[in-house]
Amino acid sequence: MRRVLRPLTRRGLLSGTLGSAALLVAGGTLAGCGTPAGQQTEQGCVSEDLSGSEKTLTFSNWPQYLDVDSDDESKRPSLDGFVRESGIQVTYTEDINDNNEFFGKVQHQLAACQSIGRDIMVLSDWMAARMIRLGWIQKLDPSKLPNVEANILPSLRGRSFDVDNQFAIPWQSGLAGLAYNGRVTGEIRTVDELLTRPDLKGRVTALSEMRDTMGLLLMSNGHDPAAFTPAQFDDALHKLQRAVDSGQIRRFTGNDYAPDLAKGDVAACIGWSGDIIQLGFDDERITFVVPDSGVLLWSDNMLVPNRASHRANAQELINYYYDPAVAARLAAYVNYICPVQGAQAEMEKIDPELAANPLIFPDETMLAKARVFMTLDEQQERAYETKFQQVIGA
Amino acid sequence: MCPHERGHGVNVLAHLSAGAGQPSPPAARSGRHRVLPYLLVLPGAAWLLLFFAVPLVQLAGASLYDPTGSISTGYALSWAFGNYPAAVQAYWPQFGRSFLYAGVALALALLMGYPLAYAIACKAGRWKNLLLVCVIAPMFSSFLVRTLAWKTILSDNGALVGLLRDVHLLGPDGRLLATPIAVVLGLTYNFLPFLALPLYASLERLDRRLLEAASDLYAGPLETFRRVTLPLSRPGLIAGALLFFIPATGDYINAELLGTPNEYLIGNVIDSAFLVRLDHPQGAALSMLLMSVILAVVVVHLRRAGTENVL
Repeated sequence: MRRVLRPLTRRGLLSGTLGSAALLVAGGTLAGCGTPAGQQTEQGCVSEDLSGSEKTLTFSNWPQYLDVDSDDESKRPSLDGFVRESGIQVTYTEDINDNNEFFGKVQHQLAACQSIGRDIMVLSDWMAARMIRLGWIQKLDPSKLPNVEANILPSLRGRSFDVDNQFAIPWQSGLAGLAYNGRVTGEIRTVDELLTRPDLKGRVTALSEMRDTMGLLLMSNGHDPAAFTPAQFDDALHKLQRAVDSGQIRRFTGNDYAPDLAKGDVAACIGWSGDIIQLGFDDERITFVVPDSGVLLWSDNMLVPNRASHRANAQELINYYYDPAVAARLAAYVNYICPVQGAQAEMEKIDPELAANPLIFPDETMLAKARVFMTLDEQQERAYETKFQQVIGA
Repeated sequence: MCPHERGHGVNVLAHLSAGAGQPSPPAARSGRHRVLPYLLVLPGAAWLLLFFAVPLVQLAGASLYDPTGSISTGYALSWAFGNYPAAVQAYWPQFGRSFLYAGVALALALLMGYPLAYAIACKAGRWKNLLLVCVIAPMFSSFLVRTLAWKTILSDNGALVGLLRDVHLLGPDGRLLATPIAVVLGLTYNFLPFLALPLYASLERLDRRLLEAASDLYAGPLETFRRVTLPLSRPGLIAGALLFFIPATGDYINAELLGTPNEYLIGNVIDSAFLVRLDHPQGAALSMLLMSVILAVVVVHLRRAGTENVL
């Protein structure tokens, strides 16, 4: 006699499903054998350049990081200029909101040497450093980037993660420093004031970007964020821990501190120069402060990932944006530090007031106070990030 | 007593037809009919296998990876069970806090949700559909947007905090935003519909004749509620409480937006383990732990409450 199938019941189905899932878990873990190494090499992951036959380019950037026409938001004067000049069609997407999130999105493809469908992506220094270290970024040809060679700011040359400027070309730079809302608090000059002044208790935010917050704290202790020891890091972290424990620091934020600072819920914070300039246009009492102990200089960099098939087109675009006239047009819109020398002179023609703003075109005294955070290797990165995350509560 | 009466005849008919439709003994049926239910289950089962079981296996595997691995070197499966105690040791406060906050929020939600569901099911009359829409309507906007709206409502310079300061419920420098209160309120608000809707469904199905019978037997309104309405709404209560508690425990948006680092929950830790610290084994271990603890809570809860009407 044939075996009779039991009628299907809700409970039977549930217990059956749970049972098979459990079996699957057991079997699957036995079969699973870890993940392969994500390190790539130039020989191991070769990218083909189709720029000769395909006049296209896919460009991923952060939101509000490109000039738009004030009358027609769909027009992007500088980018449209590039398309006209070069005949290269650019697909521009604003799909990068957070370095870590973006990394999470593309890491599996890049670790397996697969295309992520982008020819240029813009990422911050430390993320660029990590990807370069992992061998995920294509080397650029300096002979195709004469404008970069001629015009890049001296302080952005020879950065430790890309000594020959071969992988990462700054799109925009900026400062991490202090900011306060003059409507709800008096002037703030130092990091120590921010972390200890009783009238600011619970009304202070700091950045969840470890390098920016810890860099400022290291400098407030008289140490150099470009070259510090683990003990010095721990000292600075201890200082931060005290401020968290005492309830002085309300939150660790990304860009989202800006509306809170404008509303006055946050009286003072560690923030980024470009955000504060833009808030300042609406409310002049919101002020960016460069503490005497120093500020952090960071950049967001244009990178060409492995397997991107339009490297030559990408180089053409990078070179175009290092033309001072183009750079000035962009800087007039985004208000971050312009990494292109000569753009200041061009800016005089567009907006003399912006040309004189040291937070867009930093002068010598400002640059003397600005430091770039040291490049960390994988072990250091994880050790420091873990300690920092523990202090900020996650 | 519920003024809303449903046709009894319909119920009786339903019972009759259910009786008539009892499946005949399986042996008497043709082979095709025996296989059919399994065929019908196939698409759903395949979906679950691909998008639930397989990732779960991977997560379980990842939680046992060698913790010294990294993205550049890759991870080896070394059966590192030590990941679990290490993760608990480092993050037990956030673990405890997640369950505490979700528990308090659940209690608050019950206090608000039960009267709400009861009112809609029994007292709303022709306003019933409108009220239901009011409960569901906030869900049309994104979770994130709703939580951000609470930032404005609870703002230090907002009307609510101003009022509370005026009546001295808050000190002159008191605040709501960036406190545990804000996080618990956020959790309560965001997941309330998950509690109220199943509760509404079970209260709405309540057989009104039983309430009449109770009053015939000299039970007062309170007694009727305690001995008839409450026990009969228990399936909805249990389903609602679970639907509320499970996502509330794993939530991290409310703590992130309305709280401070001192209010961070286990969800925040898992997020940072995967995205910021890149400690995949630890993130996976914490996720597995969270799932197991919730599963244990659910099983105990259902054991005590009986499962027949829930699953």
